[in-house]
Amino acid sequence: MLRFETVAGARGGRLLFEDVSFALGPGDAALVSGPNGVGKSTLVRIAAGLLGAQSGRVTRNGQVALLTEAHALDPERSLGKALGLWIGDRANAALDVLGLGALADAPVRILSTGQRRRAALARVLASDAKIWLLDEPANGLDSGAIEVLETLIAGHRAGGGIALTATHQPVKMIDATVVTLGMMR
Amino acid sequence: MIVALIIRDARRAYATGGSTLIVAFFLLVATLFPFAIGPDATLLARVGGGVIWAAALLAALLPVERLVGPDLDAGVLDQLAVRGVSMAAVAAAKTCAHWLAFAPPLMLTAVVAAALLDLSAKTLLMIEAGLAIGTPGLAALAVATGALVAGLRGAGAVAGLVMLPLAIPLLIFGAGALQDGSGALKLLAAVSLLLVAGAPFLAGAAIRAGMD
Repeated sequence: MLRFETVAGARGGRLLFEDVSFALGPGDAALVSGPNGVGKSTLVRIAAGLLGAQSGRVTRNGQVALLTEAHALDPERSLGKALGLWIGDRANAALDVLGLGALADAPVRILSTGQRRRAALARVLASDAKIWLLDEPANGLDSGAIEVLETLIAGHRAGGGIALTATHQPVKMIDATVVTLGMMR
Repeated sequence: MIVALIIRDARRAYATGGSTLIVAFFLLVATLFPFAIGPDATLLARVGGGVIWAAALLAALLPVERLVGPDLDAGVLDQLAVRGVSMAAVAAAKTCAHWLAFAPPLMLTAVVAAALLDLSAKTLLMIEAGLAIGTPGLAALAVATGALVAGLRGAGAVAGLVMLPLAIPLLIFGAGALQDGSGALKLLAAVSLLLVAGAPFLAGAAIRAGMD
């Protein structure tokens, strides 16, 4: 369960959005959209519990997996070992699903932006978390990888998971609650 | 997760040359003093212990801006937070890793520095005992400082201004143990223990504030 009740979010003392409400249960998804700078990432961080809401109430039942622009993978380590810090021996299987199995021994620093994004997605996939919070998950991904992303989200929802995706790019999520943020005056 | 974090941070310090840099800097500072105050062996023996402590303090300061800031920028701390790991526990792990990365090499290099400064075996023993007791406190202070300055412009310079005054008690009791013996060592242990016990909570709060 992930519920926002009249939530307002601010960053650096500037109010970005207010009165945002939605409730997601098992199998549900939300698509947070809006132009740059309206607070999509802030909303994701509030959902993850990394930021406090300016006002309103956030209820979160279940473990969270978070995907952000920052991939949190040691650049000097091999991809398999860097990912292993987070998901242990499930790293190789998750990398195979994301088409990165052949790069498990490659240092993270030589990977492209899209490959790092897919590796971070592998971490989400291998987690036991019921709530996936994905901030711009399609950034840097080619069309094939976006299809894989959509399939993974659909599979997660089919298993009773919740997905909240903040993006300005089209990511197909059937029957998703759309949360549109606009510029505050 | 905490153990994995300690191993990761300590391994990274050794693998990226961070520990070597600390040791080289420590040795360099200790070597500079004889050039500055002259080759008078009696004078060197008298001030040598204090010199080693000052050098150790400056060396411990070197990696401060790399202890927390890069992990904050790379999203590592976010990932730990969503897994329910408290930032105070992260700071404690980083303290442990930082100690492993700088204290044992520093204590080994202190033997060389003591030889350069013509210190007696008894003085060296007191220095080593003092470093063993005081370096955990230094490590805790370094991590707390790293957390406080993470994300600031000119973090390295600010770190020095924050950390050096707070480390003065360690310096006083560490160097003082060379004259006073066990009394100063006990006070050094008290200060070090206080820092190890308290600094991770301060660092944890600073990290949480930095996430906002």
